[in-house]
Amino acid sequence: MRYLHIQNARIIDPASQTDTIADVFVANGAIRTIGRRPDAGEIEETIDATGLWLLPGLIDLGGHLPEPGFPQKGTMASETKAACAGGFTHICSLPDTKPVADTSAVIKLIEEKAAKAGYARVLPLGAMTQGLAGEQLANMVTLFEAGAVALSNVRQPIRDSYVLRRLMEYAATYDIPLFLNANDLSLSDGGCMHEGPVATRMGLPGIPETAETIALAQILLLAEQTGVRAHISQVSCGRSIRMITDARQRGMRISADTPLANLLYTDAQVTGYNSLYNVQPPLRSEADRQALIAAVAAGDLAISSNHRPHEIAAKKAPFSDAESGMSQYDCFLPMAMTLVSAGELSLDALINAVSVLPAQILGMAQSVQENSAFNAVLFDPETERTITARDLNSRGHNHPALGRSLKGQVQRVFIDGQQIC
Amino acid sequence: MTDPSKVQLTEDGRLKHFLTTEGLSKDLLTEILDTADSFISTQERAVKTVPLLRGKTVVNLFFENSTRTRSTFELAAKRLSADILNLDIARSATSKGETLMDTLWNLEAMYSDMFVVRHADSGAAHFIAEQVTPNVAIINAGDGRHAHPTQAMLDMLTIRRHKDSIEGKVVAIVGDILHSRVARSQIYALRTLGAAEVRVIGPGTLLPRDIEGMGAKPFYDMKQGLADCDVVIMLRLQKERMQNALLPSESEFFKLYGLTEEKLAFARPDAIVMHPGPINRGVEIESAVADGNQSVILNQVSYGIAVRMAVMAMAMSGQQTLINSEENA
Amino acid sequence: MNLPDIEQVCHRLAGDLQEMIRNEGLEDPLLVGIRTGGVWVAERLQKALNGSSEVASLDISFYRDDFTRHGLHPKVQGSELPDTVEDRHIILIDDVIMSGRTIRAAMNELFDYGRPASIHLICLLDIGRRELPVQPDLCGARLTLEEGQLVKLSGPEPLELSLA
Repeated sequence: MRYLHIQNARIIDPASQTDTIADVFVANGAIRTIGRRPDAGEIEETIDATGLWLLPGLIDLGGHLPEPGFPQKGTMASETKAACAGGFTHICSLPDTKPVADTSAVIKLIEEKAAKAGYARVLPLGAMTQGLAGEQLANMVTLFEAGAVALSNVRQPIRDSYVLRRLMEYAATYDIPLFLNANDLSLSDGGCMHEGPVATRMGLPGIPETAETIALAQILLLAEQTGVRAHISQVSCGRSIRMITDARQRGMRISADTPLANLLYTDAQVTGYNSLYNVQPPLRSEADRQALIAAVAAGDLAISSNHRPHEIAAKKAPFSDAESGMSQYDCFLPMAMTLVSAGELSLDALINAVSVLPAQILGMAQSVQENSAFNAVLFDPETERTITARDLNSRGHNHPALGRSLKGQVQRVFIDGQQIC
Repeated sequence: MTDPSKVQLTEDGRLKHFLTTEGLSKDLLTEILDTADSFISTQERAVKTVPLLRGKTVVNLFFENSTRTRSTFELAAKRLSADILNLDIARSATSKGETLMDTLWNLEAMYSDMFVVRHADSGAAHFIAEQVTPNVAIINAGDGRHAHPTQAMLDMLTIRRHKDSIEGKVVAIVGDILHSRVARSQIYALRTLGAAEVRVIGPGTLLPRDIEGMGAKPFYDMKQGLADCDVVIMLRLQKERMQNALLPSESEFFKLYGLTEEKLAFARPDAIVMHPGPINRGVEIESAVADGNQSVILNQVSYGIAVRMAVMAMAMSGQQTLINSEENA
Repeated sequence: MNLPDIEQVCHRLAGDLQEMIRNEGLEDPLLVGIRTGGVWVAERLQKALNGSSEVASLDISFYRDDFTRHGLHPKVQGSELPDTVEDRHIILIDDVIMSGRTIRAAMNELFDYGRPASIHLICLLDIGRRELPVQPDLCGARLTLEEGQLVKLSGPEPLELSLA
């Protein structure tokens, strides 16, 4: 056996309740021993990880990869590399590519391109309906067999409760998980930011909380009725958290995630019409942000990236004219760590939300333990640097970290025992 | 992230763009009104032009149609001896799919000193002020629902001329506040200039829920809302509001909120009636009031040119001092 | 340097002005003071002329030739003139004349109010350093300043001259 020897790393693995400094020995894609030397074999490579943290690889429950279809916004290579640089070993790609990921051909294309790029592993999300138009069921089983890990509607509306019910019943038959975005278009249409005092002052059309909670009520009740495996993507409202908690207390099995941006920012960021903060779901009030943080701290809410890279022209326009979305993959882990440095989240809660919980939701095992596949991140928690365009791997420079000073940097990312970044 | 108001000021607090009344000091707003007053007297003589902006080029960039506002700006520019160009973008470039950025870059090539911009997106004027070269003064002629600062200032001038000052006055704004950029700009100006109380009156569908945070008190009843009012400002009601489930009909709106002589009597007997125009007779105001002796609506129009001359002169002046300090640096 | 006594100068000037009006047959003259100092002097002269003539004020802010250099002066007060100066005999009054540019601006502005019958220029003080071919018809006193010296007239009551 030929080993990779990681020396003296602080291993933080909430899944196994580990927080210790130890040596790790990796071979054939998996961790062989922790804290003790293996019986036989030679050491191929040694990494001195003194002062560094070894974390389970981050898993993203939803990011937009612009290939196929949007070459001006980025490529599979640029975005998966950015994801690695942010600490991700696995990312779920949203199906709103061009063409939409509603056929096995597109799913396979995505898998091939990702494999060729060789960075973060891509777990494709297939489209729930044909063309994401919300009317006709997509070939769910075919998509699933082609490699889709779940199906998503992104933020596209489903025609009505009847279609949603049938979608869920069909998916439930084959135990296909659905990643559902709660968005009532009749209330959110035309809106570009959270409806509240900031929107009123700025004269920007708002998206009321009810655009999410009403759609969520519909989803929860129908999911309960049909028994489908449901995950709520990109929650933004505190009220939604309460509704999901209630549903869980009634015995429903339901998971949810929120984008990192919604934990870091509120609608106050929009003052000044900075189109960087034009995102969907919108950044909401401080009360909402606190409720989301509390849910993450309680272990009930995962954190996703909602990565959406854009070319400069897409963002260089008056606020409501700009395309929505933030580039998030690069610097993801250090940005998420600011919540820990600010005392808003414990380190364990954070890692739980960006790795352990997403793994559970996807039915994966992701842990830094003996005999686990070695999918991990070596993180330097101390280095401070100011982020410039050169530090971004993504083609999308619509990134809030640009120009900011950040503490912490991903040093290496390992996937299946191989160092990828 | 920039404070929307700071973008429009030089380091020593002079105007270099005029984008919003929000965040401007009482002194600066008063200076605008005083400067406008001096232009009112020049409008009364035979030769109405002053040579102040001779050699400067002003471009009217109207992405939304508006003959009235555009002509007042055109006249204001001419009376300052500036060269003026009218660009009706609504019909040309953007319908061909040219982005706002590209349209601006092409125009800069024509060496303009000032753009007067009207656009359907809130924040458009700020966007242009931050993205074009610093030496082009931007005057906001109305952006989405956000601001219409020149209209607000001419309304302030009207109040000052007919009521001596804005200090201590009770002012009511009636109608579609939700969609009104004029109302937002008026509220900030009134508060800064010392109005005792600013009220907004209308149905729940047309008053934003967070309007109190902006300093205006909401009322749903004209009798209560107009009690003790010194100034009543009626806003125009657009026909589209009936289609978008915001109002049942013009007749019900008129019944509840239309300014009739009967309702005007709830206000103080010397209250003045204003309307940014154009008025919808029989919808927000009845003819007897619009043409009555408490109405100052026609005067508002004549002050419009003077106010626009004032902000154009002040903004151009601010830009000029910037250019000079750069050249001297 | 000995500064002239402004009150005395004004008194003499008023006398000279009265004589000029008589000699030249200036009917119903309009005294136009240039803000701000010129207005004080105009009001002083008007009193001395038994308060019979009309006094008007001219703010030349919009007619200056240095907009490109200095922008707009913040304290614009506006001009107060009768609606027209057509066929009027204007007595244009300023406190200090130096380069002559202020007078040039004032005359341009006056002509935008109409075509005057005549303009006569009265200055309280002439400190030389002309840059344009403009000369007062009547002058209270002449002064030569050293490099970097400036004069300042304060008023309206009392009118006082100082060096700054």
